[in-house]
Amino acid sequence: MGEEEGLHQTQLLDTMFVRGLKRKCIDGEEDIEGTLAGIKAIPSYNLQRQSLLDMSLVKLQLCHMLVEPNLCRSVLIANTVRQIQEEMTQDGTWQMINTQSTGQTSLDRLVSTDILCRSSREQAEGKQVPGYSNFNKDFEDDQTQDSSETMSTASSVQAPRNLQSNVWEMENAQENRGNFQKSLDQIFETLENKSPNSVEDLFSEVDNSYYDLDTMLTGMMSNTKMGHCDGLETFSSPTTTTSNSNCKSDLNELDHIVEILVES
Amino acid sequence: MSEHLHPTDIISTVEFNHSGELLATGDKGGRVVIFQQEQENKTQSHSRGEYNVYSTFQSHEPEFDYLKSLEIEEKINKIRWLPQKNAAQFLLSTNDKTIKLWKISERDKRPEGYNLKEEDGRYRDPTTVTTLRVPVFRPMDLMVEASPRRIFANAHTYHINSISINSDYETYLSADDLRINLWHLEITDRSFNIVDIKPANMEELTEVITAAEFHPNSCNTFVYSSSKGTIRLCDMRASALCDRHSKLFEEPEDPSNRSFFSEIISSISDVKFSHSGRYMMTRDYLSVKIWDLNMENRPVETYQVHEYLRSKLCSLYENDCIFDKFECCWNGSDSIVMTGSYNNFFRMFDRNTKRDITLEASRENNKPRTVLKPRKVCASGKRKKDEISVDSLDFNKKILHTAWHPKENIIAVATTNNLYIFQDKMN
Repeated sequence: MGEEEGLHQTQLLDTMFVRGLKRKCIDGEEDIEGTLAGIKAIPSYNLQRQSLLDMSLVKLQLCHMLVEPNLCRSVLIANTVRQIQEEMTQDGTWQMINTQSTGQTSLDRLVSTDILCRSSREQAEGKQVPGYSNFNKDFEDDQTQDSSETMSTASSVQAPRNLQSNVWEMENAQENRGNFQKSLDQIFETLENKSPNSVEDLFSEVDNSYYDLDTMLTGMMSNTKMGHCDGLETFSSPTTTTSNSNCKSDLNELDHIVEILVES
Repeated sequence: MSEHLHPTDIISTVEFNHSGELLATGDKGGRVVIFQQEQENKTQSHSRGEYNVYSTFQSHEPEFDYLKSLEIEEKINKIRWLPQKNAAQFLLSTNDKTIKLWKISERDKRPEGYNLKEEDGRYRDPTTVTTLRVPVFRPMDLMVEASPRRIFANAHTYHINSISINSDYETYLSADDLRINLWHLEITDRSFNIVDIKPANMEELTEVITAAEFHPNSCNTFVYSSSKGTIRLCDMRASALCDRHSKLFEEPEDPSNRSFFSEIISSISDVKFSHSGRYMMTRDYLSVKIWDLNMENRPVETYQVHEYLRSKLCSLYENDCIFDKFECCWNGSDSIVMTGSYNNFFRMFDRNTKRDITLEASRENNKPRTVLKPRKVCASGKRKKDEISVDSLDFNKKILHTAWHPKENIIAVATTNNLYIFQDKMN
């Protein structure tokens, strides 16, 4: 859970940056809570939509491992992925990192996505379909439990992650979408001309991207740990703005991060 | 209903012949097993004949496509019978790539009394032959032989999902994910492509063909269904390539019911014309729809097969059940339609009375020759006695293939490993 702790803090700070709020110490917890309370209702839908996207991409990749993939199934899954992508693009919550990292541990992060089975009308009306109420309750309970252990007190920590992606989206939107589309294209090309080489090509493509984003993430995390919410501005010169105590904690954090990277 | 049970390999298709006397099943191992109905016993008029194994043969073998380094499965996707013209029976069976025409013939006599051969087949020394006799046919134990008469190969790049024999009994169509070909039963080295929905750029592919069938009476008309829930009716007289449909059947989506799974559950898994030719039935994941060929904008009847699954679509997507392809069938008089579901349940809908029934095909719950008990699934809330809750349904026990005798109330229902044959009690 240490990894998530670190991420929570990062995303929290990035959230503030993205939203143009006055930068404060972490001490200003009330403000954080206030701003995030408004988006508390959204995260479970976003999280589950993300989970559905991850699941779909895993399925598509697994398709490739089969001897000859079922074309109908592949097309239906790919269409679902496109739908999610379109909606996420409209919402502005498009997350490239999650898309690219599906090959790694997405199955572990899958949560029940029953909420997505609700029709849009039911969602709008806030209707609780029997069976979902339990899930929602559990989910929010888990979140509260997690957050109490970390510095961030927001009860829905997934929201910051979504908003964080906004930054990346603005910077890398074209490239990200291009990468994603390329992955889909490659899937279909491979379906047509199935050969061992193309399968490896597809996987190597995904892996490379993941590696790139991973480096980005590492940079982000190590920089935002230090100082007082200076965030991205300390990207290039980490050492100049830190105090002694922060240096020490930085080293610990770095070890921690390396540990996580090695594990993944 | 009385019941007959036959354990087999995983059944992948079930089909009665035109008279109903024969029932063919295809399995995952490429075998075809044909059952024959016993002739009715005149003294026991209260029960129709039972079905017993008549013939078993290996229709398709696993193959290897060296060009693509892919194995071609021997699983039989579809069997279609030809109408009987002489003493022999003919059927078409297909796997993913190759269609075969099989002749099934009986032999109950054999010639005896050859001059140059002994009875065991050894040749006699001609010098020992002193008299000549005419060989005669003597009765022998019935032998049923199946021999492949035609092999229609190399015409499909993608997986064949349907075959359908034209009402002219000379031609038939075969459909894969992106193309439909027209064949003549006598000609194996040539087929005509009549539908091609493959985009120039495979990256633009968003829709595939899921099923196709010829009209039972009009030899120029056929339909094909798609993964987007549309059915296109085509007329072969209009042009050689029927890429432009004559009619497009599509029900507008209910916007309030929209979810990420809307498209997947709208994908049509089976399309069947009624015997009359006036209607056609389609099966999508949750429902069965009856369409009047004269009305394109919506079906005339819709029957919910297992609406209680609508709230479980995510889980069913996760475990891939949402991609299960259920078939459907009409009874002989087009008054009842039948389709399968999960937990070894199958459903029947009476179009006239609007009543429906859920039955279970399982050995534990039904003893042979007992009447089947109707089942009920409890969607939510308190479960009544004898009801089954949605969460305790077994999604591994699915009934994808069912068939109805063309004339009588006899049905064949295939669970994963068993074939059940149920008949109406005659009183």
